[in-house]
Formats: sequence, structure tokens, C-alpha cells
Amino acid sequence: MARFKRSGSRSTPGINTGSMSDIIFMFLFFFMVITTIREVTLEVKVLPPQASEVQKLEKKSLVSFIYIGQPRKVSLGTESRIQLNNQFASVGDIQSFVAAERASRDESEKNFITTSLKVDMNTRMGIVTDVKQELRNAGAFKINYSTRKLAKKSED
Amino acid sequence: MADISFLLLTFFLLTSSIDTDQGITRKLPPPPDPNAKPPDIKERNVLKVLVNKSDRLLVQGQPIDIRQLKDRAKEFLTNPKNDPNLPEVEEITVNNLGTVRTTKGIISLKNDRGTSYDMYIQVQNELTAAINELRDDLSQQRFGTKFADLTNAAYSEAIQKAIPVAISEAEPENIGGQK
Repeated sequence: MARFKRSGSRSTPGINTGSMSDIIFMFLFFFMVITTIREVTLEVKVLPPQASEVQKLEKKSLVSFIYIGQPRKVSLGTESRIQLNNQFASVGDIQSFVAAERASRDESEKNFITTSLKVDMNTRMGIVTDVKQELRNAGAFKINYSTRKLAKKSED
Repeated sequence: MADISFLLLTFFLLTSSIDTDQGITRKLPPPPDPNAKPPDIKERNVLKVLVNKSDRLLVQGQPIDIRQLKDRAKEFLTNPKNDPNLPEVEEITVNNLGTVRTTKGIISLKNDRGTSYDMYIQVQNELTAAINELRDDLSQQRFGTKFADLTNAAYSEAIQKAIPVAISEAEPENIGGQK
């Protein structure tokens, strides 16, 4: 039978902090990589509708956004407006917006640009239809209606 | 050193927003050619879905509830009993799948200018759900997994070919007003 000696008073050894900086660095890099610093300030209120059959947008760099909703500033009224980049725009500006988005991408990626429509749920379809028609004319056929995730209803 | 990295860490912690951009993906048709003749489509092959400005649904002339839309669309797209009022059934051959029984059905979706975007997305969602369920069924039957879980790109392409997203949006007309 083995015997264990207990010598002296028992004290818990301190945790080795040598690897802490490595862990912190790992965290740092993780957050640096996943961070997307928002470059647009929203001028319109956008609360997308909920849907269950959603697909994730794959390549972030190939997505351009169009926001539609009521202006945040109360003084601008309640009629739904379109926001492209950082400013209000009209339906007629969409073609040049699409052209600018195309020009900023690589030649090989130009045909894979998805336009994400971030539209408020209380918007009327009229303005959305106009935007879609303009996108068709501009040749930006791939679109994504941005939605919030809805918990899938259980089968009944 | 550790202080600086802590500072950077907290900065990125605060500024990062894990954007989960997701939504319903659709492909718009190219602009209509004014000279082209409208395609000849039989009446039985089209399921007309109308959404009016008060967000009410009309399917083939009958008002229905949104909860019934998915089953209606599924029945229409499969025509399980070879009903002469539902779309024509055809057998097509797809790589990796062999012969598949499909229909020529197309869902035609039309909305007013006054329809709310919320309702429009709900209708799109139900129709997508119908197609996704049909794809899941076929995938489960042939490959033993759900469509979304298929790892082989050729297989998912085959399923997509067998059950296409047969949703067509009508050319908009200015009806229904702004309100």
C-alpha cells in the first residue's frame, strides 16, 4: 500500500498567468476579425418583418444595401423614403447606385452582387415595387428581402 | 502590453455587432421585352395569388386565409391525384435523380401598391415554405437527408432542378393607391 505523505501546511498554488496574454490576444483577434464597423448611419427606421424560411447572406463584401422606411427625424414626415449609402434618395437614383456598387467590385465578382432590401414592415408595397423595377432595369437581379428570424412553428 | 491588448479587446467587444443578415432570396426576371409575345401558358398551370391593399388574399378567385396558403401551394405544385384542374404532370429526367414526377405549375403573385410589406413577405414566406417542404420530401426520399443538409452540391442542384422556385411576379400595375 502506498502512503502519501503530507508535508507542511497545504496551500493552493497560484494560477499561472503566463498564458493569459495569449488568451487575451486570441480574443482580440477573434473580435477584430468578426467586427464589421457599420459605415452607414441609418436615416430611416427599419424594422424588418419576420419570416421562417430564411437564407443567410453569404459573402458580406458582395452585398449592397437599400434601406426603405419612415425617416427618423419627425420633421421629415411619415412617408417612406429610400436611403442609399448615407443619404435619402429617390427611385431614379437607384440605377446610378447599382452602377457605383458594380464599379467598386472586382471584375470577376460583378455578377454576384446581391442587393439586400432592408425594408420596414409597415412600408407599402408601392415604393418597394418601384425599387424592384429599377433594380431590374439596372440589371441587379439577385435580391434578398431582409427579415428577422422567426422561431419555426412546431408541426401540428 | 497587456493593458493595450485589453483596451483593444474591449473596444472591439463594444463595436462589434454580429450581424446576422438573413432573408428571403429571390431572383428578379429581366425587364420585359416589349416585342416578345407573352408566353402561352395554360390556365390550369397557373395559381393566381392576389394580395389587395387591405392585406387580404385571393387565390384562384377565392378569398383564403394565409395559413391555408402553404398547403394550397403544395397541392398545386404536386397535383397528387392528377386532378384535371391542377397543373399538368410530367416526368422529367434529372442527373443523379433519374425520372422525377413534376408539374408545370407556376404560382403567379400579384400585389397592390397599397399592400403592406409585412404581408407581402408573409406570402412569400409561405410560398417558399411550400417549395422548401417539397424539396425536403424529395431529398429525404432519395438521399436520406433534408435539402438544407445536403453536402453534395450536385445533389442539391438536382433537387433544385426537379423542384424549381416556380413563383412569378406579375408586372406591376398602378392600382391600390398609396394608402
